[in-house]
This record gives sequence, structure tokens and C-alpha cells, in this order.
Amino acid sequence: MIPRFPPVAGIDDRFFWEGVQAGELRLQRCRDCGRLRHPPGPMCPDCHSLAWSSEPASGRGTVYSYVIPRHPPAPAGDEPTIIVLVELDEGVRLVSNLCGIEPAVVRNGMRVEVFFADLPEGFRLPQFRVAAESQR
Amino acid sequence: MSATSPLRDRAAIAGIGQTEFSKRSGRSELQLAAEAARAALDDAGIDASEVDGMVTYTLDSTNEIELVRSLGVPELTFYARVPYGGGGTCAVVLQAAMAVATGAANVVIVYRAFNERSGRRFGEARELGPSATVGSGSAWIGWYMPYGLTTPALWASLQFQRYMHDYGVTNADFGRYSVVCRKHAATNPDAWFYGKPITLADHQSSRWIVEPVLRLLDCCQESDGGVALVVTRRERVRDLRRGGARIVAAAQGVSFGGDIVTNYHHDDLARLPEMAVVARKLWRDSGLGPDDVQAAMLYDHFSPIVFMQLEELGFCKRGEARDFIAGGNVEIGGKLPVNTHGGLLGEAYIHGLNHITEAVRQLRGTAVNQIAGIEHIVVTAGMSGLILGRA
Repeated sequence: MIPRFPPVAGIDDRFFWEGVQAGELRLQRCRDCGRLRHPPGPMCPDCHSLAWSSEPASGRGTVYSYVIPRHPPAPAGDEPTIIVLVELDEGVRLVSNLCGIEPAVVRNGMRVEVFFADLPEGFRLPQFRVAAESQR
Repeated sequence: MSATSPLRDRAAIAGIGQTEFSKRSGRSELQLAAEAARAALDDAGIDASEVDGMVTYTLDSTNEIELVRSLGVPELTFYARVPYGGGGTCAVVLQAAMAVATGAANVVIVYRAFNERSGRRFGEARELGPSATVGSGSAWIGWYMPYGLTTPALWASLQFQRYMHDYGVTNADFGRYSVVCRKHAATNPDAWFYGKPITLADHQSSRWIVEPVLRLLDCCQESDGGVALVVTRRERVRDLRRGGARIVAAAQGVSFGGDIVTNYHHDDLARLPEMAVVARKLWRDSGLGPDDVQAAMLYDHFSPIVFMQLEELGFCKRGEARDFIAGGNVEIGGKLPVNTHGGLLGEAYIHGLNHITEAVRQLRGTAVNQIAGIEHIVVTAGMSGLILGRA
């Protein structure tokens, strides 16, 4: 496994990592104009409002792009890490890992869904797998 | 030539200096900076006592006051630093040119020196500091490191993969750039890969670093070394023995939603909006266009960014950089020779400042891979650019 370092939460994005602990993929929405934004920030770029709330996302989206780290190599026997940029159905993108699939068959546009994993490194992350809808 | 930018042609690069490029310099980064700066002053024929300004990168470990102490500079009236790593490589010259044009300083040293191979390696994964949160300037990294997206090669590739997908570009297409780069480096005695050209087969058999985007031979080097420039008033350069390069236009670029290397939030990831900002400003301020430059020194931390920059600068249409490069246009003798010193892949990675020294050599007519009939050269980094002309 390539190194994965624990997330660092700050005032403006703590809600996201608290959501991960609670099993929710939370997105930030402007309370005044309703614009959804990710990565989070303190001010709405459309209306400059400082009022915002967070809400659980559907957790569904498509693979927008992906990469497979090959060097330095993963220890023998480890599943290769697949890093994906997911475009959520809500319209924002986030980086995560795609699990339970052979790297050779990953394609842009694949439907994926979120799940939450407690990593051996000792922290919890949102992860993605191929969506049940596309396996039927 | 209807440009009206007040910066146009006011300043020039009067001197260039560098250390050897190696994997283990065996001396301090401050010493590398001092050696490069002294070489640039010697090249310009300007005494250290005349230096009154300095510009470097926020990432550089050598403080201005230390370099002042090493060179015996009596006083500085101007100093500045530019963020975003290699992205700021042309912006350091913009800062120096503005200082000279406004009178904030008369003789400015621009420098970058590091032990980036024997010291802290840029290519390695490093753990986040506690300050890497929203608002710290490191928000970008905090969202990606937990998922194993830990190195510059990985950060950049997640965007490049989309470029490949949208335009049907393959890793072998990228390899054709690497082959040209190494061909140029092979005849440059300063290049780490001097005398070591590669074939496309070599490229295709080099190991994957990031599949399906980058093989080893798509990646720039990690290098030890220092590079420095002396920027002063253009009229002064006319009187100097070796001449120099006129700063015709210079620009920085930020675009809404952009990041440093991890550009994942623009609408279209097959583009480089920051380079589009730079290109528009450069062409507008210079009154020139893609047909008016005879060579380009394009930032090449990884080969794919050369393709995207060619398209943003208007040297070819979107998605056509693959054909432009395969057609031999970027080689010496081609329509637009690119990175005639061997680039960051072939010569060394001094954060891109060694692209600017090569542009100056070409404009003076002293490059090892000299191009005939050079009038203007465009130089880029991911978030900044320059047009240089004969002094």
C-alpha cells in the first residue's frame, strides 16, 4: 500500500470529517443563494454570504478520472490502490479511492457509490465502489 | 505591435549564471545560490555593489539577507518572493521587471538553488503538517493526501488522465516529447543526460510511475543546483559586452477554482485555464502572436503538461498537440523548437529557472543547440509566462 496520511481538519471543513465519522458524505451549501460547494470554504463565491449549512450527499457519482500509483510499488500481495476523481451526482468533484475492482477495468464514466472504511492506518475515509445499479 | 503595456521592453535579463547540475552537490543551498548569483553578475559584467534588489521563490531556503552577506551587497531597496513552486518561475522575472520599470530597484538578482535530490526530494511522499487546512494555503493537499495521492506525479496525473481520455492521447504520444527532449539534452554538455538520447522503445519499456499516464521517462529529474539571473534596465543591457534578453511581456495566472498542481475543480480538466490567462495577457501585452515566436521553453515537470501548454498558447488546436509533436514541429529545425537545452526532463530540474537561461542563450546566439533567426521566445511555467526578445 502506498502511504496514506490522516486528514487534517480545520474550522472551515471540520463538518466534512465529522460526517465521515458519522457515515455521511457531507457537502456544504450556501444558506442564502443555495449554491453547493466543494472543497468547502467560509464564503459563498456567488453571493458572499458567510451563512452555510451541510447536508448529506447521495454518495453516487461517476468516475471523472483515475490513476494507479505504480512506483514506489505496493508490497507483494497488497491490492493496488486506485485513486479516482469522482463527479458526484450533485455536480461537485472529490478525490477518493475505488475499491474491489481490478485496475485494468477502471474506466472514466463508471457509476460508483460511497462507503466508509476504517483503514489499517487508524483513520476513517469515504471510499467508493462500483455502484450496485451498474452491476445489475 | 500596438501593445501599450507600460512594462513592455523596459527591463532586460543582463546576466545568467548557474552551478553544475548534479544529484549530490556536496555543499549548502546558500552556497549554490551564491555561486549562481556571482556567475550571473560576472556574465553581466555588473559588480555586486550595484545590486539593490532580489527575487526568489517562497520555497527557496536561502534568505535574501544571507545572499546579501555572501555577495557583499551593500544594500537592498527591494525584495520579493513568489509562491506556487515551479508555477511561479516566470513570475520571479515579472517581479524583477516591475521593480526595474518603477524604479524600486535598478539591478535585481533572481535566484533559485536547492539540493532537491541529495536533500529534501520533491518526488517523495511527505506527511501533512498540522497547518494543512482550509485557509492555510495548503487546503488543496489536505483533501488528497489521505487517499494516497501523495506525490507531484500523482497530483498532476489525475488531471492528465482526463486530457488523455478526452482527446484519445496515449502514453506513447507523451513519449514522443520525451524523445525530443532527450535528443536536445544529448548535445548539451550542461545536461545531466548529456550524450544519452533515448528511443520511443526505451520510453515505452521504462517503468510505470503512475498508470496509465506517466512512465519514468515522462518525469523530470530531481536535481541539485542553482540558477540566477540579473535583471536591469534595457538601456543598460545595450552597453554590456554580452547583451541580454529584452523582457517583452510577463504574466502570472490564476483562474477561479484552480489549485497548485491538483487542478480538479475547473469545468474542463482537459484544459489549463491558468495558462490560458497567461497566454491572453502575454499576446495582448506584447502585440505578438504564436507565429511571431521562433522557439518555446515550456515547463515540463511531466511530459503531458507540454501538450496542454502548446494548446493553451495557441501553437496548435485543442487535442492536436499530439500531432504537432509527432510531426517534428518541436525539434530543432521544426516550426517551433521546444526546450532546446533538454528541458527539465533532460537538462535538470531547477524549478524551471533553467528554461529562462536557455532562452537568453538562444537570444544571444550562444546556445549549444542554437536556432537560426531567433527574434522572440515564449517561456512558461504552469502559472506564469514570459516573452523575451533580442536585446
